[in-house]
Amino acid sequence: MASVLVYLDHPIVPLAKASRELLTIAATIGEPAVALGVDSLEDGVAEALGEYGVRQIYVPENPDLDKYLVAPKAAFLAVVVEQASPSAVLLDNGFESKEIAGRLGVKLSSGVITDIVSVGEDLTVMKLDLAGSYTVSAKVTHGIPVLTVKPNSAEPRVASEPTRPEQVKVAAVDVSAVNAARVTGREDKKASTRPSLSEARVIVSGGRGTNGDFSAVEAFADALGGAVGASRAATDAGWIEHSAQVGQTGQTVSPQLYISAGISGAIQQKAGMQTSKVIVAVNKDADSPIFEIADFGIVGDLFKVLPQATEEIQKRRS
Amino acid sequence: MHTAADAPLNIVVLVKHVPDAQFDRHLTGENHTVERSQSILSELDEYALETALQLVEAATGDASAHKITALTMGPDAAVNAVKKSLQIGAHQGVHLNDPALAGSDAAGTSLALAAAVRHIGGDDGVDIVITGMASTEGETSLVPAQLAERLDLPQVTFVSAVELTYDGDAPVLHARRDGATHADTIESALPALVSVTDQINEPRYPNFKGIMAAKKKPLHTLSLADIGVDESAVGTSGAWTTVESADPRPPRGKGVVITDEGDAGVQLVDFLTTQKLL
Ligand SMILES: Cc1cc2nc3c(=O)[nH]c(=O)nc-3n(C[C@H](O)[C@H](O)[C@H](O)COP(=O)(O)OP(=O)(O)OC[C@H]3O[C@@H](n4cnc5c(N)ncnc54)[C@H](O)[C@@H]3O)c2cc1C
Repeated sequence: MASVLVYLDHPIVPLAKASRELLTIAATIGEPAVALGVDSLEDGVAEALGEYGVRQIYVPENPDLDKYLVAPKAAFLAVVVEQASPSAVLLDNGFESKEIAGRLGVKLSSGVITDIVSVGEDLTVMKLDLAGSYTVSAKVTHGIPVLTVKPNSAEPRVASEPTRPEQVKVAAVDVSAVNAARVTGREDKKASTRPSLSEARVIVSGGRGTNGDFSAVEAFADALGGAVGASRAATDAGWIEHSAQVGQTGQTVSPQLYISAGISGAIQQKAGMQTSKVIVAVNKDADSPIFEIADFGIVGDLFKVLPQATEEIQKRRS
Repeated sequence: MHTAADAPLNIVVLVKHVPDAQFDRHLTGENHTVERSQSILSELDEYALETALQLVEAATGDASAHKITALTMGPDAAVNAVKKSLQIGAHQGVHLNDPALAGSDAAGTSLALAAAVRHIGGDDGVDIVITGMASTEGETSLVPAQLAERLDLPQVTFVSAVELTYDGDAPVLHARRDGATHADTIESALPALVSVTDQINEPRYPNFKGIMAAKKKPLHTLSLADIGVDESAVGTSGAWTTVESADPRPPRGKGVVITDEGDAGVQLVDFLTTQKLL
């Protein structure tokens, strides 16, 4: 059986859910192998990958792939593909991964498909187009398929028998020969104790209607164990950081439950959340477009509705 | 390529004519391509054009010598994206229009655009190619990275700030890139490919003067033969991916809407309980 190469930029233990999903998908279409973006394996990562049936871990000898933007990582991955001859390459759907995928596709003369929500055994994939309004079935017809898969596309499942992955060192890519921009500084964002937007089962988002006060949105998110999102109006105003933005130019999310509070539901906001399983909207204005797609809509003041709901949940739990 | 601090900048901005998201959008035809009546200049490309204008305005040297070319690829109507760009402030327009381009995927698109950029650059080359972060309909974000790969340019992509400084006579591009977990500062020599997010600036609108001036600006139409690209390398015949089927998703049914009469929070919790979401 051919290998399926999964690119994991910098895996740590416990493995991120999105990584476990990619490994699970890889195992359904072949024998999972992993290529890393960093030159050393952190403690426990090999064992964790082994639980998902990974046979080989390709590790670059370069300590410096991260110091340049995208191009050297794509060059490294092309070398691994040549060595491993996989039947497909899987990456996550983050913007850096999509860029690596794009460049890899050109290097390999391979078709690239992004925003995938499921991968079939014959490598036919499903994706949603035009802001989730179409379901599209597509296939790579040339080269080794390079596929980027959205989070929440598979239920992570460990292999029936764990493997002991072999570590394969890959000769260093000559980064000075690759025409790439240098990363001169990196600022880590402070880690939140809440689940990440892309992986959360529940998201509570606030918009301009919060008027800058996200406390009711945050308290409700915490009562539900969810993540906090926002509209662009809220992030542009600086009330919450840009990485919380949901929508066309923010994150596309598809949680079990999306609660929209004080958000009108402009097309660009809908584009990022309308594939959520259940949508709840709280808005003062009964004519807001968000009510057209809400499963449960409340015409009301978010500062009254959310705290009451938060209190009710706490009451029922105690 | 221009290197001296006072040398004029030669910038190409990619602009795309896309269906207006305010209307219902459709996939049509055998190849399930996007239906393009009611199309506009992609809003995300307005940020790219604004970036080019600001870089030129901040640059040293003879302001009238800098050149911004708005480049589009697409059928006849796509020229509207170029015309709007000329009204906003681009100096010249180029429309790559060839029936053989229909049905191109990202690979074919980046191949044709790379050849067009080379053609525009001529012997001196282009200093900066600027694009939006994604098209508003395909949304793959593949084209900027693939274009950088094909032109062998450093990619300075997905950036929310960009500035040009000079180290002696050598131009250096500085940029900021925001990710979910960290933000990077980036540096690159020229020539380079830049893609910008909607965080980078506030695009300006065309004014009356701009609209009048645009009528006199040069607008060239190129065919594949003009840029030396073989028909078989693009369009459906050159595509490396295929769409097998495309089905409109059933619209979300409108749910229950209640008006808060003092107990909506409690009703919300009841709803979440019946949906097994608690
Ligand atoms: C190129 C481009 C890309 C974009 N990308 C995105 C994107 O990714 N994500 C995104 O969200 N937007 C995006 N937008 C912006 C989008 O068009 C809207 O402007 C934005 O979503 C509006 O945010 P909002 O709903 O919070 O604000 P508004 O439209 O101002 O709506 C605020 C709502 O809050 C309600 N409200 C006020 N007070 C209360 C209260 N106390 N209780 C309850 N309700 C209240 C009001 O009735 C109103 O409906 C983009 C726009 C462009 C042009």
